[in-house]
Amino acid sequence: MAAPALPAAEGEPAPLVRSPSFWRSVFARLRRDPVALAAAAVILALLVLALFGPWLVATDPYASSVLRRLKPIGTPGHPLGTDELGRDMLARLVHGARWSLFMGVTPVVLAFFLGAAIGITAGYAGGLLGTAIMRTIDVFYAFPSVLLAIALSGALGAGIENALLSLTLVFVPPIARVAESVATQLRNRDFVEAARASGAGALTIVRVHVLGNALGPIFVYATSLVSVSMILASGLSFLGLGVRPPEPEWGLMLNTLRTAIYVQPWVAALPGVMIFATSISFNLLADALRSAMDVKG
Amino acid sequence: MLRYTFNRILYALPIMLGVSLVCFLLVHIAPGDPLVSVLPPDATEALRRQMAELYGFDRSLPEQFLRWLARAAVGDLGTSIATARPVAAEVARAVGNTVTLAAFATLIGFTLGAIFGFVAGYFRDSPLDRLASALAVLGVSVPHYWLGMVLVILFSAQLGWLPATGAGPGGSTEWAWDWEHFRHLILPAITMSVIPMGIVARTLRALVAEILSQEFAMGLRARGLSEFAVFRHVVKNAAPTALAVMGLQLGYLLGGSILIETVFSWPGTGFLLNAAIFQRDLPLLQGTILVLALFFVVLNLVVDVVQTALDPRIRRA
Amino acid sequence: MASVQPAPGAAPPLLEVEGLVKHFPLRGGLLGRAGRVRAVDGVDFSVARGETLGIVGESGCGKSTVARLLMRLIEPDRGTIRFAGRPVGSPELPLRAYRRRVQMVFQDSWSSLNPRLSVEESIAFAPMVHGSPRAEALARAHALLDRVGLDPRRFAGHYPHELSGGQRQRVNIARALALGPELVILDEAVSALDKSVEAQVLNLLQDLKEELGLTYLFISHDLQVVRYLSDRVLVMYLGRVAELGPAEAIFEDPRHPYTQALLRSMPSLDPDARTREAPLQGDPPNPIDPPAGCRFHPRCAFAEPVCARREPALAVCGSGHRAACSMVEPGSGHSRAPRRAEEVALG
Repeated sequence: MAAPALPAAEGEPAPLVRSPSFWRSVFARLRRDPVALAAAAVILALLVLALFGPWLVATDPYASSVLRRLKPIGTPGHPLGTDELGRDMLARLVHGARWSLFMGVTPVVLAFFLGAAIGITAGYAGGLLGTAIMRTIDVFYAFPSVLLAIALSGALGAGIENALLSLTLVFVPPIARVAESVATQLRNRDFVEAARASGAGALTIVRVHVLGNALGPIFVYATSLVSVSMILASGLSFLGLGVRPPEPEWGLMLNTLRTAIYVQPWVAALPGVMIFATSISFNLLADALRSAMDVKG
Repeated sequence: MLRYTFNRILYALPIMLGVSLVCFLLVHIAPGDPLVSVLPPDATEALRRQMAELYGFDRSLPEQFLRWLARAAVGDLGTSIATARPVAAEVARAVGNTVTLAAFATLIGFTLGAIFGFVAGYFRDSPLDRLASALAVLGVSVPHYWLGMVLVILFSAQLGWLPATGAGPGGSTEWAWDWEHFRHLILPAITMSVIPMGIVARTLRALVAEILSQEFAMGLRARGLSEFAVFRHVVKNAAPTALAVMGLQLGYLLGGSILIETVFSWPGTGFLLNAAIFQRDLPLLQGTILVLALFFVVLNLVVDVVQTALDPRIRRA
Repeated sequence: MASVQPAPGAAPPLLEVEGLVKHFPLRGGLLGRAGRVRAVDGVDFSVARGETLGIVGESGCGKSTVARLLMRLIEPDRGTIRFAGRPVGSPELPLRAYRRRVQMVFQDSWSSLNPRLSVEESIAFAPMVHGSPRAEALARAHALLDRVGLDPRRFAGHYPHELSGGQRQRVNIARALALGPELVILDEAVSALDKSVEAQVLNLLQDLKEELGLTYLFISHDLQVVRYLSDRVLVMYLGRVAELGPAEAIFEDPRHPYTQALLRSMPSLDPDARTREAPLQGDPPNPIDPPAGCRFHPRCAFAEPVCARREPALAVCGSGHRAACSMVEPGSGHSRAPRRAEEVALG
C-alpha cells in the first residue's frame, strides 16, 4: 500500500531538477573566472614544455662552450643568451621545466597520499591512537618548513631522491593535520553514526562514507602547497642540495649564475622568472579553486 | 587564563622533547659512519677514541640521546669541526644578526601587509582591493632568493646605491646600530619582508571582510557611529589574529632565513647552517637547528598565549 | 488513539531498560576539577511490541542520549538493555544481530545522508554491509522508496541536495527500514520539518507501523505530536524519568508537577485559556550539578523540605501510570502524599 501521494503545492517542490554534481558546478564556476583561466593556461604551457620541450627546442642544454659564455639576450642562435658555461639558456630553461615541475609536484602528491592516510586514520579512530599519531605529527609540524627541509636534506646529503624525501616529509604534517580535522568532523556527522548503527565495520565506513567527503577538502589544501613545494625544491637546489649539476633545474641555475649578476644580470635572473611565473600560476589557480568551492553546491 | 597558560606549556614540553630527538637523529640518518661526521678528516687515532667516548657511540641509542640532551640542556652543543670553537658560541653570535634582520623584515612586512590587507578588506571587490590582493599574491608567490638577486642587480650592480653583501662595511660580521650597517640591512630586510607581507595581507583581507560583513558591524553604522569608530572596532577584533600571524611569521623567518642570508652573505644562523652543510660540520648543523627549532616552539607558545589573552571569545573558564 | 497497556501476563516487552546511566566527563584540563554531565542518571522503562512510546522533555533532559545508548552508538556506564528478553551485546544477542532489529531515524534530514551517495545507494548501504548482493540491495531500496511515497524511477538516482527536507526524511525512513527492523527509534524525526510536511510524514509513519508491525520509540519535545502518535508517554527531566504512563493519563491527569507545567506551557488556541504566569519558575536545570533530593524541587510550586532531602522513586498513581514525586509516593513525608494503609489504620 503506497503512502499518500505527494501534493504538488504544499511545502515540497514538485518537479525535481537534475542539478549537476558538485565537481561539475565547481568547474563551471572556474571556467568563468578569467584569472583562473589565465593561470591554468600558464600551467598547461609549462606542462607542454615539460613533456614536449626537448622536441620543440633542438639545442642541446648540456653543450658547453668556453667561447660563448654569458652571451646576452638576443644573441643570434641563443635567443635567451648563454650561461656561465656557454650553454644555451632557452634550451636549459625549457628542459628545466621538467625538473621543476617534477620536483615541485611529486612531494605534494606523495605527501597527499601519506598525509591523508595518516590523518584520516587518526581522525576517525580518535582516542588514544589518534592522539598518539597526532602528537608525533605535531613534533614535525613544530619545525618551520624551510628549516626542516634543509635539516633533512643537509643530513642526508645532496641528490634528487634525498630532496624528494625531505620535501615529502615536510609536507606530510600539514596535510595530515587538515585530514585529521576533516575526518574528526565527519566522524560526528549523523550519516556516519547511521552507518555505524547499521552495523558496518570501521574500514567499510571509512571507504564508503569518509573518503568521498574528506578527500575533496584535503586535495584543495594540497594544491595550495604546490607552489611552496616548487619554491622550496628550487631553493634546495639553489643551496646545492637537491638536483646536482649539470642538470638544468631552475633553482640550480640561479645558484650557478649568481656570480654572473655583474656581467649579465638579466640572463642570471631568467630562471627565477620561470619559477615565479609557475609559482604564481599555481597559487592563483589554487585560490580560484577554493573560492569556486566556497559557494555551497 | 593561568590554567590555559600552564596547560599550553605542559603541551609544549613533549613537543620540545620530540624536536630534540629529531635533531639528535639527524646525525644518525646521515650516510656513513656517524663518527666520521663529527671528526675532521685528518683526525688522529687518539682524537677518534676521545670523540667516540665523548659522543658515546659505543652505547645504545637511547643512552646516547640522553647524554646528548643532558649536555645540550646546560648549553654544551658540542664543538664545531670547521672552526673548532664551541657550537653554542657560534650560534649565539649568529643569532643576534638573524634576529635583527628578521625583526626588521617582520616589521616592514607586517606594516605593509596590514595596510594592504585592511584596504583590500575594507574596499572589497573594488579596484583597490584587486590591486592590494594582487600585490599580496605576488608577495606569497615570489621565490624570495631570486627577488634578493634581482634587488642586488638593480640597487647594487646597476645603480650602486646599496651594498650587496655582508652585515657591515668591509664584509664585517659584527652588527652596530649606525647608518653604514643600516645600509647593509635594507636589501635583505626588504627581500625577507615580501612573503610575510603577502601572508599578512591575505589573512587580514579575509578577516576584515568577515568582520565587516557581520551584521553587528552594519548595526554599528546604522546607529550612526562614525566611520572612525567602526574602524576602531574592526581593528580591535582583528588585532589578536593579526598579532598571532605576525608572531608566526617572525618564527618562520628565523627558521627559514638561510636562503636570504646565503644570497646576501648575511652572517646569521642561516649562513651558519649553509656553512655547516657544505663542510659536513654535523655538530654545528645539529646545534643550530636545535636552537632554531626550540626557539620556534617557544615563539608559538608565546603567540598562542598572547592571542588567547587578547581574544575575549577564547577565554577559558 | 487506541491505548495499549502492557498488562501482566501478556507477551514479554520488546525492549527493557534498567538503571541506564551515562555521564560525560567535562574536559577540565590538568589542574581543574573536571565535572561530569550527568546526561542519563538512572532510567528504567520498557516498550511493548507494537506500541509507540513517546519520550518527551526539554532540551538537556537526556532523551537523545537515551536514543544513542539504545542504538549502542555510545556505551552506557551502567545499566542493562534487553531486547526480546536477551541482553544486548551478549553472546545470545550480538551487536551486529541487534542492529538488524533496531534502527534509528535522526532529526537533521540533511546531515543524516551522505552527500556523495545517491538516494538508492544510501538506502542499500546497510543491506550490502550485511551481505546482500548489490543488485538485490538496490531492488530492495527501490521497493522501500515506493513504500515511503517516493517514486523510485524519479528519486533513486538523485542526491540529497536535490531533495526537499520532507523528501529527505522519507529517504531516512526508508533507510531505517532497509534491514527490516522490529523497533524504530525516531529521534526528533519530524521536528525540523514544516508543519504541513510534518503531518504527511507522521501519517506515513502510522501507515508503516501498521503495515509492517513496527514498534516505535518516538522522541520529541513537541507535546502535540507526541500525543497524536503515542500509546504511552515517558517524561524525562534532568536525566531521570519523571512520569510514565498511558498517553491519555499523562495528558488528562498529569501527576508530576513538571509534567503539569509542561502541559500548561503548550500554547492553547482558546482565548479563555490564556496563560497568566510562567508555568515554570526558577533557573533552567544544570545537568552537571543537579539539585539535591528531587531534581525538580527548586522550580516546583509544591516543594517542601522533604523534597530537598530525598529523591523520590517512581510510584504508582494509576493503572500503568507512575510518577517520581513525593506527593505521589505514600509515606514519603510530603503533606500531600497519600497515607500508607498502616498509617490510615492507625488513625
